Amino acid sequence: MNKTPNPKAWLFVIPVVVLVAFNALIPLMTVVNYSVQETFGDNVFFWEGMKWFEEVLRSERFHESFLRQIAFTGMILVIEIPLGIAIALAMPRKGPWVSVCLVLMALPLLIPWNVVGAMWNIFALPDIGLLGRMINGLGIDYNFTQQPVSAWSTTVLMDVWHWTSLVVLLSYAGLSAIPDAYYQAAKIDGANAWAVFRFIQLPKMKRVLTIAILLRFMDSFMIYTEPFVLTGGGPGNTTTFLSIDLVKIALGQFDLGPAAAMSLIYFLIVLLVSWIFYTLMMRGEEN
Amino acid sequence: MAKITLDRIKHSYLAKPDDPDDWALKEVDEVWEDGTAYALLGPSGCGKTTLLNIISGLITPTHGRVLFNNDDVTNTPTTERHIAQVFQFPVVYDTMTVQENLAFPLRNRGVDKDKIKTRVHEIAKMLDLSEMLSRRASGLTADGKQKISLARGLVRDDVNVIMFDEPLTVIDPHLKWLLRSKLKELHQSVGVTMIYVTHDQTEALTFADRVVVLHEGTVVQIGTPVELFEEPQHTFVGHFIGSPGMNFLPCDIIDGVASFAGNTIETATQQLPEVRPESLEVGVRPEFIHFDQKGFPVKIDKVDDLGRYQLVQTQHQGHSIKIVLNEGEEIPSENPCIVFDPKYTRLYADGWVIN
Repeated sequence: MNKTPNPKAWLFVIPVVVLVAFNALIPLMTVVNYSVQETFGDNVFFWEGMKWFEEVLRSERFHESFLRQIAFTGMILVIEIPLGIAIALAMPRKGPWVSVCLVLMALPLLIPWNVVGAMWNIFALPDIGLLGRMINGLGIDYNFTQQPVSAWSTTVLMDVWHWTSLVVLLSYAGLSAIPDAYYQAAKIDGANAWAVFRFIQLPKMKRVLTIAILLRFMDSFMIYTEPFVLTGGGPGNTTTFLSIDLVKIALGQFDLGPAAAMSLIYFLIVLLVSWIFYTLMMRGEEN
Repeated sequence: MAKITLDRIKHSYLAKPDDPDDWALKEVDEVWEDGTAYALLGPSGCGKTTLLNIISGLITPTHGRVLFNNDDVTNTPTTERHIAQVFQFPVVYDTMTVQENLAFPLRNRGVDKDKIKTRVHEIAKMLDLSEMLSRRASGLTADGKQKISLARGLVRDDVNVIMFDEPLTVIDPHLKWLLRSKLKELHQSVGVTMIYVTHDQTEALTFADRVVVLHEGTVVQIGTPVELFEEPQHTFVGHFIGSPGMNFLPCDIIDGVASFAGNTIETATQQLPEVRPESLEVGVRPEFIHFDQKGFPVKIDKVDDLGRYQLVQTQHQGHSIKIVLNEGEEIPSENPCIVFDPKYTRLYADGWVIN
């Protein structure tokens, strides 16, 4: 193939380049700029090199919120993925109830994040909240504003309520795409329900589940609004996840250098984990 | 292996069928012999898949009973009917190897490992799958996958009937031919009852010992390919089987003999009705018409040379008549006249042959 180089073609790329530059590259470079310098305001900067990065990576505080983050994301994935699959399997495949179920499932996804946080905050309040009163009424001492265990379980429960629907909808789409012939063949081959799930449904859902896990990993790893509204990171620092910590450092303490370094580390972790996960899943696909 | 009895089967997908058109299957009352290869032939929507699903147990018929070897299985679930089915689109278990796919139906039934192994190898050899046993099933071509579907049926020794639902739809044309002859060969060596659903007459006629022709939910004829060709019981069979289809011409009874547009036609029909019934037609295949000065005159519209035969389109008083002549057979250039071979010319009333 002989291709004639046509420099004018670059003109057509300019709008995209400008767009990407303004919404991604330039803000990111600003962060990079802060991460290697010290500033005392008035646009006066001093070169600091890797100092902030070293400080963040060595800081006890970062380690703690990082571990908290991993624990939270791990719990979210372990609960939401199997639960989402189970609900999708239980949903009707045909008939008038399909749309009812789909709408009910989509509802939590339509609620703004800070509203979710505020809703659960009131819902779980031990003195006036419905949930809080009920749990205490059952004889369990529950107060999410004071007890770390209560705070954690409320945060996890809120996220499960808010986001399991996403896994359900994706899994349901994957299940609906399986032709009837597969179920008929399985019947003829004498497969039981577990074998049908293991050898037909799960393999056919693999692609959508990859997307579901990836989305739930990224979103839960970067969660901010809901726990911020619900617990504000407390009691103490027990629900201070990476984002909340970052905002505290950047806007609370106004330590722009360490905050910028932390953002970059944070960003690289999300990118790296997503990339590794995606590559592994796709490699399995090829074999 | 089993004899299959369809005892006055009727089926409708509607809850309360009252119109005759509401029935997907109008009434099928047949006994299918053990070890025979049947083909269910008919256009889309004629009820052939419905009938197949009734036999496999995926659908319970609205009326009637299904019997396997005199046992009533009408309400027996698919799993317990001991059948195998190959679907239109290949069904393989993607995450398993070819070997695991073949072993799957046996493993589900708790057959012991050594027996599974010998059986799988035996069947793989029969279907030329031995070399790919350790490969992942998802990487195979469509014809390989169809072979796996078939093999999953063949590994079981308790299979009453193997059913094929248009299994060659997604196969490349040159492989279709190969797979079709493989199926025929398998049927001869294994001897299990097979039912093959298709809308392709070539597939049906080459595969089956007996072809069941379905039309609008009714079985119009069951017969060997030769019977369908030479003695169509219904005008639909005449139209649907053969290329081009049969000629059907309006007909009268004059002085006890059949007559088409004033020309006396000799037919194989023994007892002619006294008066002209509604929609009386005379039917003859294009292959059984030849040019002869003793016959009636026609006008030749068009001659297509199709290699091994020639297709001559003629007309007589506005009725078009198709004729098939062998390669090289002469077509008269002046005053062409044609005669119908009386042995293969029949009278039809309301679509059905008059006996």
